Amino acid sequence: MAARVVGGMVMLDDFFTRALVAGIGLAMVVGPLGCFVVWRRMAYFGDTMAHSALLGVALSFLFEINLTAGVFVVAALASLALLFLQRHGTLSTDALLGILSHSTLALGLVMVAFMSWIRIDLMAFLFGDILAVSRMDIAMIYGGGALVLLVLAWLWRPLLAATVNPEIAAAEGMRPERARFIFMLLMAAMIAIAMKIVGIMLITSLLIIPAAAGRRFASTPEIMAIAASIAGAIAVIGGLTASLQFDTPSGPSIVVAALILFLLSLVRLPWRQTAPLNTGGKI
Amino acid sequence: MLQTARQDQEVLVEMRNAGVHRSGRWLVRGVDLTVRRGEIVTLIGPNGSGKSTTVKMAIGVLQPDEGAVRRMPSLKVGYVPQKVSIDWTLPLSVERLMALTGTLDRKKVGEALEAAGIAHLARAEVQTLSGGEFQRALLARALAREPDLLVLDEPVQGVDFTGEIALYQLISEIRDRTGCGVLLISHDLHVVMAATDTVICLNGHICCRGTPEKVLKSPEYVRLFGARAGDTLAIYHHHHDHTHLADGRVRQADGTIVDDCHAHHHDHARDGGQGGGGHGHAG
Repeated sequence: MAARVVGGMVMLDDFFTRALVAGIGLAMVVGPLGCFVVWRRMAYFGDTMAHSALLGVALSFLFEINLTAGVFVVAALASLALLFLQRHGTLSTDALLGILSHSTLALGLVMVAFMSWIRIDLMAFLFGDILAVSRMDIAMIYGGGALVLLVLAWLWRPLLAATVNPEIAAAEGMRPERARFIFMLLMAAMIAIAMKIVGIMLITSLLIIPAAAGRRFASTPEIMAIAASIAGAIAVIGGLTASLQFDTPSGPSIVVAALILFLLSLVRLPWRQTAPLNTGGKI
Repeated sequence: MLQTARQDQEVLVEMRNAGVHRSGRWLVRGVDLTVRRGEIVTLIGPNGSGKSTTVKMAIGVLQPDEGAVRRMPSLKVGYVPQKVSIDWTLPLSVERLMALTGTLDRKKVGEALEAAGIAHLARAEVQTLSGGEFQRALLARALAREPDLLVLDEPVQGVDFTGEIALYQLISEIRDRTGCGVLLISHDLHVVMAATDTVICLNGHICCRGTPEKVLKSPEYVRLFGARAGDTLAIYHHHHDHTHLADGRVRQADGTIVDDCHAHHHDHARDGGQGGGGHGHAG
């Protein structure tokens, strides 16, 4: 009896620790990317790429290719399709996003339903299954995540310049189109990595909410990126702990924890200078 | 004398018969333009006359659909676009904005801010600046790069009249001090810099060009500005006696339609009251 309890604790410890390690790793990668999503007003764009991941899942099963690779390719293609349609179509970006976002999701769901020979746990893909994270998944998050962050660090100045003003960036040799394209690839990679942890439906919230929560504590873009990573990590720790405590689904619990952090960041503390400084007079 | 001396100066940008075609019409066409080191070239013309398009072609933000644009190899451009909007969520101080497209020497940043008259705002967040302050910050940013070519798209937006004179004087001083070339847009037909070497009037194509000295003799100039601002301001006043058709052809005042308008002639020094069928933009 006693031995079984101890054994249970060890097992619990193990999968919970794995979930924590995976979630914190993911939060660190997602924070800086999420900042760019917020600065560039790309929230819906990120959502569209994430939704297209389900089509990636279905195609990966159909052609029996690596799931992560399949999701990465489909998400990247979805973003390219959007860029193409933006340039050559007549519909507004908003309408295009609506079409791509929901049609890729629906296509994925329909295809999965047709593939009756495979049993796919749809809920795990839609809402994540962080408690089933394997050592391999952790290696993937840290390996892939480190690569994403390295590329982002290298891309930082051109991407930030393109975010502030693409024309200045182009005039001063920063090649904003290239920066934007590489950023899309980074987003696709992050979605492929994050899918298992938080699920397709909730990836965007992990991009945006920690970044928004970090805004109030940041005076430079770089500090905001770090603050977003920290806020994300706190949300993961809080959400997972609560999920264990109250037996709630892990992905949504993490998002709720992030939301609470964001709401807390809105509270004005009397001893903290929160308003942006404006020391000068008007011309 | 100065004028002939400049002919020997290095050519920074050279445009030959350049044009941009969008959605079935020419935004601007047949532009021949050269900016040399130490030269100030001012583009003027009514709204939609292709001033910004021309400037964007000159610095490589837009590619010409016909004709050619040649830039000096490794030309360093400092660009102030017409409109820059930065999302509130991006924490960006004026100081940080300075280093947007390249790391800068701290001293040079300070000097540029001083020259633009906003040294006291170095630590302010850009979103809190007034229109005029932000315009100065963008100018300081372009200056701090010590560019070969300074390109300013309506630099006096949001700046009051005295600020306007000061800003034009500043641009002229910068040219004298650093020897850079300046390509400048002014939408205000009545105000162009006396320090300008060449004034080019655009209206879908180059209508006319000339030295401001020619313009200074105009009786309208004396009537409007007197000797008061004689060192800084000049009036550039003429009537357009032809209309540009959607297909790029030109209808002249007498109703005949020709392929371009280089065949006829504008006279800046006189009031062109005879232009009955034209779209006069003289106020």
